[in-house]
Amino acid sequence: MARARKIASPGPMTSSKGELLKFYRDMLLVRRFEERAGQLYGMGLIGGFCHLYIGQEAIAVGMQSIQLAGDQIITGYRDHGHMLAAGMDPREVMAELTGRAGGSSRGKGGSMHMFSTEAGFFGGHGIVGAQVSLGTGLALANQYKANGKVAFVYFGDGAANQGQVYESFNMASLWKLPVVYVVENNQYAMGTSIERSSSETHLYRRGVSFNIPGEEVDGMDVEAVREAGARAAAFARDGNGPYILEMKTYRYRGHSMSDPAKYRTKEEVDKVKKTRDPIDHLREVLETKGWADEAALKAFDAEVKAIVADAAEFARTSPEPDPAELYTDVYLEAAP
Amino acid sequence: MSIDILMPALSPTMEEGTLAKWHVAVGDTVKAGDVIAEIETDKATMEVEAVDEGVIEALLVPAGTEGVKVNTLIAQLAGGASSNPPPKGEGDREAVEGASAARPPSPASPGLPPKGEDFTVVAAEGASPVLADPDLPEGTVFIKQTVRDALRDAMAEEMRRDDGVFLMGEEVAQYQGAYKVSRELLQEFGARRVIDTPITEHGFAGLGVGAAMAGLKPIVEFMTWNFAMQAIDQIINSAAKTLYMSGGQIRASIVFRGPNGAASRVGAQHSQDYSSWYAHVPGLKVVAPYDAADAKGLLKAAIRDPNPVVFLEHEMLYGTEFDVPQIDDFVVPIGKAKIRRAGTHVTITAHSRMVGLALKAAEVLAADGIEAEVIDLRTLRPLDHATILASVRKTNRLVTAEEGWGSMGVGAEIIARVVEHAFDDLDAPPMRVCQEDVPLPYAANLEALSLPTVDKIVQAVRAVCYVS
Repeated sequence: MARARKIASPGPMTSSKGELLKFYRDMLLVRRFEERAGQLYGMGLIGGFCHLYIGQEAIAVGMQSIQLAGDQIITGYRDHGHMLAAGMDPREVMAELTGRAGGSSRGKGGSMHMFSTEAGFFGGHGIVGAQVSLGTGLALANQYKANGKVAFVYFGDGAANQGQVYESFNMASLWKLPVVYVVENNQYAMGTSIERSSSETHLYRRGVSFNIPGEEVDGMDVEAVREAGARAAAFARDGNGPYILEMKTYRYRGHSMSDPAKYRTKEEVDKVKKTRDPIDHLREVLETKGWADEAALKAFDAEVKAIVADAAEFARTSPEPDPAELYTDVYLEAAP
Repeated sequence: MSIDILMPALSPTMEEGTLAKWHVAVGDTVKAGDVIAEIETDKATMEVEAVDEGVIEALLVPAGTEGVKVNTLIAQLAGGASSNPPPKGEGDREAVEGASAARPPSPASPGLPPKGEDFTVVAAEGASPVLADPDLPEGTVFIKQTVRDALRDAMAEEMRRDDGVFLMGEEVAQYQGAYKVSRELLQEFGARRVIDTPITEHGFAGLGVGAAMAGLKPIVEFMTWNFAMQAIDQIINSAAKTLYMSGGQIRASIVFRGPNGAASRVGAQHSQDYSSWYAHVPGLKVVAPYDAADAKGLLKAAIRDPNPVVFLEHEMLYGTEFDVPQIDDFVVPIGKAKIRRAGTHVTITAHSRMVGLALKAAEVLAADGIEAEVIDLRTLRPLDHATILASVRKTNRLVTAEEGWGSMGVGAEIIARVVEHAFDDLDAPPMRVCQEDVPLPYAANLEALSLPTVDKIVQAVRAVCYVS
């Protein structure tokens, strides 16, 4: 019964003006936040690895719009956009990037390891593919508790070749766990293109041998993401088991900040930016519908700019963690 | 000419079993492949097939006889060429799954039990007196129980207490556990809470950690810790580190458990002690009990612990009986060593199966007038170094015993701490007894040479006591 199908275009428009404007604002926030993170990295305020989400904004924002309270999200290390979409405070995300006490993990996690139990955001994981097993475990807990919640598990085209992904697919389908697997196929696993790494490049088909239905989705179109996400979530929530969404997307920046960018041409990147940009695309949709209220869009620009400036300032001025934090959160006290 | 039919071994560690039933009578003619008898252990039942044609001449052990030693002559067949009837194997995953893996008695070593003498020593140790646990109330009644059943009871009690506790792993449910540790849990708790997984260690360890992050209390059973190397990333990177990386937000209260260390004649890939591997990692607790009481009490503590706990059992001890206190809710705190035998001349530290060897060594040494204090570490992380230091300050001499390799091992850590904190109390350089620095060999003689023994502990103690 495995259905692996390609959805060429979005279905009927279901989003209201208010919803589309919110998507625009949220995507803009992710874009500007990440641009600022890139700047702070260049200034030496952010250390280590830093993987930016620029270009992929429609996925986190579109998927977030169909989640219900209590659903869980888990992803790999390209996680900033997901956290902002999930409603985490940009200040604490940025301050975690700078390794400060005001960060969401009090500076002890960093870019790749952020969490928010409040937002249902379970990380932020640095080992490629590990979040797929963990997220499937979140779904196992949902089924165990019969709480009606769905786990949304994000991973990239690189992680799609990890063995534990398929171990998880097998158990999720075998036990009909409420999980939606969202493959953010941005075409490159670090510097290796999907054609050079994958014998089956259509990742939505990767569930076929586990009887998991899959769809290819235009991950640069927030409405398409939303509609496919709603369909997948309903399938999982109704007890039918897992569902795979392959989001075709693209990252504008390097894999991390230290990317030599030798594996693709500048022309290729520019072409995507010019023709498929998710924010420009949504702006065109709004204009076509006559919903692109110039004043409203300008107000978003100003609001987002202020939020990001405030977050950056907070991340710069928040103190480093107290040295006493070195030995906290290693163990929880056992109940007496 | 008669063909001898011997009691077969069902598993690498089986010593004896019950001859449950004869399917033939004296005078019956059998041909190769005919089922002639059923034998049972506490882990499994198996049919014995004839491998030769002939007429049953004598049935030497009556049906229903318990405790029939492996290689005992149980029947004789008249006619055909001589050979022993191997039991019927089910062709299961690995020979190490004692419950299913049938092995004929080794023709190369007639009359020898199918395991090293060390195990016999440990088994005998189960009945020998040890120091009473000072925390037990006076008048506590003890029952005899195997380590296997103690572990089972611990899980059952905790599952009754908390609906969030569940067991997952390979063959834990319908098969009743590869080593029968989860026997009858499926019947009591159902398939929601006793979950058979595919053979997919990396995946189900990750699922377990994810479920723990969502607030459940999984017990993840590895059929052996050897297979958990497939899953070690999830144990360390996901379970041990996430509390810290999340600034205290995400917890993973989970127990990873299963048999650790060398079984018997199962070769290098199935015979490894992971004590020092996991004890190296902050964020994990690591427990390695010796007797049934600690197995029960520590497993209950591990399940209740809010942190990830690595629980290292020993296959060679599963079937050994010990005294277990009859106390409601018997919980042994994690992080406390136990002085198993008091002594004044030398301190021996050990954990898991090595405790039995250390106690036996102490008996041998006592006959020579050397009184050894034997410390059962019980928990490797956090290590109870206060108990070790106090003992060494008294005895001034130290020998560590472990089944793993010595390099970067548990003994290395203990000696480093003693040297750091009690250097002036030492009257001799401490010594380590451990596995030889090679993959564990298969050949019986080489395997015995490689593993720590009572004699090696005795010799090390003599050395640190400067007694030749």
